[in-house]
Amino acid sequence: MQAKKSLVTTLAAACFAVSIGHAAPAAETPKRGGTLTYMIPADAPPSLDGHREGTYATVHTVAPFYSVLMRVDPENPADTTRFVCDLCLEVPKPTDDGKTYTFKIRTGVKFQDGSPLTAADVAASWHEIIFPRKGVLSARANWYSMVDEVGAADATTVVFKLKFATPVFLPALADPYAFIYEQKILDADPHLYETHVMGSGPFRFVNYTIGQSIEGVRNPDYYHKGEPYLDGFKGIFAPKQSVRVDAIRSDRAAIEFRGLPPSARDELTKDLGDKITVQTSDWNCGNLITPNASRKPFDDVRVRRALLLAIDQWRGGPALSKIANVHTVGGIVFPGSPLAATKAELQQLAGFWPDIEKSRAEGLSFELLNRNVDQPYKFVGIWLVDEWSKIGVHATQKVVPTGPWFALMRAGDFDVVVEANCNSIVNPVLDTQKYLPHDVFVENYGYYKDPVEADLYEKMLREPDPTKLRTLMRAYEKQIIDVEAHEFPMLWWERIMVYQSYVKGWKIGPSHYINQDLADIWLDR
Amino acid sequence: MSVTVFDPDALDLRPSVWSRSLRFCRRQPLGTFGLALVLIIAVTGIFAEALAPYNPTANDFAAMTEAPSLDHWLGTDQFGRDLLSRIIFGARTALIVGLSSAFVGGSSGLVLGVASAYIGGTIDMLMQRVFDIVMAFPLIILALAIVSIFGTGVQNVIIAITIPLIPRCARVVRSAALVIREVPYVDAARACGFSAWRIILRHMVPNVMAPFLIMVTAFVGQAILAEASLSYLGLGVQEPVPAWGLMLQGGAEEYASTAPWIAIFPGVAIMLSVLGINLFGDALRDTLDPKLRDR
Repeated sequence: MQAKKSLVTTLAAACFAVSIGHAAPAAETPKRGGTLTYMIPADAPPSLDGHREGTYATVHTVAPFYSVLMRVDPENPADTTRFVCDLCLEVPKPTDDGKTYTFKIRTGVKFQDGSPLTAADVAASWHEIIFPRKGVLSARANWYSMVDEVGAADATTVVFKLKFATPVFLPALADPYAFIYEQKILDADPHLYETHVMGSGPFRFVNYTIGQSIEGVRNPDYYHKGEPYLDGFKGIFAPKQSVRVDAIRSDRAAIEFRGLPPSARDELTKDLGDKITVQTSDWNCGNLITPNASRKPFDDVRVRRALLLAIDQWRGGPALSKIANVHTVGGIVFPGSPLAATKAELQQLAGFWPDIEKSRAEGLSFELLNRNVDQPYKFVGIWLVDEWSKIGVHATQKVVPTGPWFALMRAGDFDVVVEANCNSIVNPVLDTQKYLPHDVFVENYGYYKDPVEADLYEKMLREPDPTKLRTLMRAYEKQIIDVEAHEFPMLWWERIMVYQSYVKGWKIGPSHYINQDLADIWLDR
Repeated sequence: MSVTVFDPDALDLRPSVWSRSLRFCRRQPLGTFGLALVLIIAVTGIFAEALAPYNPTANDFAAMTEAPSLDHWLGTDQFGRDLLSRIIFGARTALIVGLSSAFVGGSSGLVLGVASAYIGGTIDMLMQRVFDIVMAFPLIILALAIVSIFGTGVQNVIIAITIPLIPRCARVVRSAALVIREVPYVDAARACGFSAWRIILRHMVPNVMAPFLIMVTAFVGQAILAEASLSYLGLGVQEPVPAWGLMLQGGAEEYASTAPWIAIFPGVAIMLSVLGINLFGDALRDTLDPKLRDR
């Protein structure tokens, strides 16, 4: 037991460096003032409740108004193993054989209505996320299956008790959607946050017009000293890419936080030169191809493997990255993570062999279901149809809007589908839930059963040793891709941020969900 | 006494097809130009396999967004696909959709229009009100609604474009048929006890062929435009099928400033085909309409 405890502690220390607070960028001194105008690539969020939603449209709209318990380091969001406190004072070391995490909460934090934020509010918010009451939706409750209970020990202490020790818990707490709400509001009406904003973040809510804009002003009571630098912000909704690119080009907006395709990057840098700054990062999103194992002939592993073997990702990746926001060839784990397969390990798996001619066989006809989103779904779909044609497989594309795309997947009414696995915090074990069989994870649409795979996942969830965890991950990956060809991970996306150079202090991370509270941003003009 | 055998050909004073064609070309130079464009597009579509220099769906990552050159006369798109080959194969898609929709829609409208005129009464009134309702929607809006019900793909696009064309043809044909219904030979056919369908199909339909042909010609152009519009909106045929409207979507928008040829050439193809069909249709109308023939 002692050994297990020390392993958990070591892993936590090795993987999740602890930091309290954060400083402004060292290279330049931030200037105070100004209003940041940014574009939000959506019509409008389905609701304003972060606990309920899974879309960036919600985060980009309301994250600046809220505090969270923990978060990625805004100074280095690209580091997939570093998490820092927001409301907590110190990232705790687990006790009780890795099963108890005790957080001390800041004092003096206020909600916009003037009420003090206490540990009770933090515990109530997390309770609502992990154990949502009847009629309340929590989009990520399944991340926290290891949590036994959460509660406030006193006004400044929150305690999480786990059913079993697991290294995936702490990163899961840095979920950017896990806004801290007021307990009294949650108790009075847990649905109020779907339509209203009441937070304690760097900005105070001013105005929200559905489908048009969201506005905030600096929170004078904000607890991170000196922040935020901006006087305020205005987010403008624009689902059409050309509108957003034009807005940045004409400086009607300075930035959008999701990412633009390579063509927009080239266009803006060509037109505006050094007035434009570009940051890029591997994105914790990747397409995956899912054959429907409940339909013939995709119930046959040989057919699935033939389709997988026909795709030359090593050659397609660099080429597609010139026209679509895809970049890195990888397995089921985010390429930057310590748990990700190395190139040599990948090349041992079916579909990743270096010699494509050796991989290709002969074929069949089927319909490829795809989502009516250009970047990168349709680009990847067109490439796949061509790849399969090289082995005599005739695939036709059926491109449908997002609603019917989900409906067809949920009904199992498709042959093969192009989908995606998009996550926020890089937390490799939880991120690969998507690959679990449908009877274990309902958002898997392969409709296969695989007790071996499910067992490997359970073992990973409970494995504290990073080396053993890595070995388990390789076995899990091999089972999904090579042994059963249940799903084919395609290219990982590339996040390309193109924005006006006067926007400073913001650093790119591997997700468009994280680091969105705008507290570190300042305007150099 | 000698017997002279009657030779009907000897009395046929009508000019031959050849001389009538020559006269059409001489009198309708623009129409002839339109017909030539239509024929070029038709031949291109029919013999696409032989004419296209490359496989229209094959990606070539070594030639992405290449400008027009000797290797690729019209350049390549973002996937390195040869634009000339895609336009040549796109002509086939345009012709299949354009001709199928125009002829099926026009023929259905022809029969319904003549039947409505011949039968008259309540049935005529009901049919006309139904046509009024369908015609209240612009072609593209109705086609959009139909595609959203039936789904995308070539077959469904043909259905979506065909349905709005039916009442448009039926309305025009009915007005011509109303006049024919009153002429003595139709009364005579009725007096002989011929069935309504025989009178409609054998005696009335052949006499409304002039407006019908003009309508169908116009419909081909409208159908090609509608197909291009639906494909542009992502509701027509799907990638990687070569179709002109589809070629204007997605990549063409993204690369409008850096690789404008991706959008220009499919646009020119659509423009030329619709221009050709419209010029030919106008000339056909001028030729077949007795009021316009001698102007």
